Amino acid sequence: MVLLEATDVVAGYGQTEILHGVSIFVDQGEVVTIIGPNGCGKSTLMKAIVGMVRVRTGSVSFQGTDISGYPPERIVRTGLCYVPQTSNVFPSLTIRENLEMGAFLRKDDYRGRIGQMFDLFPDLAAHPGRKAGSLSGGQRQMLAIARALMLDPVMLLLDEPSAGLSPAMMQTVFDRIREINESGVALLLVEQNARDALGMSDRGYILVAGEKRLEDTGKDLLNNPEVASLYLGG
Amino acid sequence: MGRLVTTIQDTARRIGLAWTPAHTSVAIVVIALAVGFLPFVKMGLVVNGVFLGAIIALGAVGLTLVYGILNFANIAHGDYMTMGAYTTLFIVGYLLPKVGVEGSGLGPFTFGYPLLIALPVAVAAISAGAVVVDMMVYRRLRDRGVNTVVVSMASLGVAIALRGLVQIIWGGDIERYPRETRQVFHLPMDVRVPPDAIFITTVAIILVVALYLVLDRTKMGKAMRATADNPDLALVSGIDTGSVVRWTWVMGAALAATAGILLAVYQAHLLPIMGWKFLIPLFAAVVLGGIGNPYGALVGAFVIGVTSEVSTQWINPSYKPAVAFAIMIGMLLVRPRGIFGGGRS
Repeated sequence: MVLLEATDVVAGYGQTEILHGVSIFVDQGEVVTIIGPNGCGKSTLMKAIVGMVRVRTGSVSFQGTDISGYPPERIVRTGLCYVPQTSNVFPSLTIRENLEMGAFLRKDDYRGRIGQMFDLFPDLAAHPGRKAGSLSGGQRQMLAIARALMLDPVMLLLDEPSAGLSPAMMQTVFDRIREINESGVALLLVEQNARDALGMSDRGYILVAGEKRLEDTGKDLLNNPEVASLYLGG
Repeated sequence: MGRLVTTIQDTARRIGLAWTPAHTSVAIVVIALAVGFLPFVKMGLVVNGVFLGAIIALGAVGLTLVYGILNFANIAHGDYMTMGAYTTLFIVGYLLPKVGVEGSGLGPFTFGYPLLIALPVAVAAISAGAVVVDMMVYRRLRDRGVNTVVVSMASLGVAIALRGLVQIIWGGDIERYPRETRQVFHLPMDVRVPPDAIFITTVAIILVVALYLVLDRTKMGKAMRATADNPDLALVSGIDTGSVVRWTWVMGAALAATAGILLAVYQAHLLPIMGWKFLIPLFAAVVLGGIGNPYGALVGAFVIGVTSEVSTQWINPSYKPAVAFAIMIGMLLVRPRGIFGGGRS
């Protein structure tokens, strides 16, 4: 069943058009990765989906509802949560406060959910009173993901979750992402680290200069010699 | 001693002030200098400076809160103080006598209990007014995504309009709250404390503690800090930024209005320009504490209050704002991010 469907999305900033009509979809429970060279519009596509960038023409629908034109806080309510690539935590708030802010929309008792996040990311549980600004890159990334999970989303959008992390930390983050998917959350990833991301993805898209170049299963994209030479660094 | 230093450091860090060993050494030098200078300074001026600092603190904390969350310098903040003071004048001088509530003395204070009734009413009125002004002016500008300098200029317009309104209604002459008594407590070292100053400081302390509790403990307070940190992330986290903005105005304007009323009590008169003239110490305190940092503004306010009062021992009192201005310029040149700069990453 199709969960998220973007159809012919045109979007950009000011006078500049970045996406020239991109169509993608994500099925329930799937992991889908978007790869492509820098500046191809991967992040813009994510921002357009979550309402941070206006969809000029085309549409985005989530669980059958057209959400293009919704403000971000309304899109979050539909169960679509997003982790930006940079500045994805509140630095002057503590770990616990960051999680509480992720649960801002929840009216119920969310302490149990915070406990689950601490189980998933034991690093965060050690010092819940620490300011997010003092955390390492990897810890920040985990806090950012945990924050987005506080609302029990149906689907999570992750913009370059492994950017700037050490190889070991990268592995941990990918492991956690896989666990999150196994718990039933659909994932749309943008990744620079294409090989690892495609390896764990059901399907992938290759975006070039604001247009969709290729789409296939993760495995077939990895084994495609053209993809390997052009986008996976040989 | 070492234990004390650690406690100070921990507390500072907890409330978001970057406190480094350098701060400790500077603090020790400043305290030593202050103690050394004490014999040459009239204690009365220092005490007055603390009272003035309490009023500056209320105004500056609100100003820095609005700056941190809405990201513009609200030039109308001083005029919210003026509006608070005059609304109180309207209530104690016109409204309450009309319904038969006449002032009678309240302990040693110069004002009667009608002021205590008027204060919360006036504060609520100014808070509501600030939310309305936001809907009429600032929200439209934000929705259009204009530059923050444009928003500041709009607030200059609001400031002029508010002052004009005060002048139309009350004229430009000096006004006073009804004064019941005039007493002074005499303390050692030739320190004279008017009872009103005790009232002013008490109100300021209560409000600052209340503000700390709101920012630290409540969901809305945390959402306000989150929005100040990263507005875009607040939006995609589902934080209702519309109510964050409204609560920021309610709290900022409430603190400003209270500061205005306390200033009118302290200096024993009201003038349409009183809040406007107070902008310089307010901004000086905000810059000193690091723009957007409410606890920094608190420290800055007492530094500005005491320094400008003590300066009158050697300098003509009419240069008091110039002293505040000089401190602000010096700070901007040496440490533009304030005493506790670096705390925000």
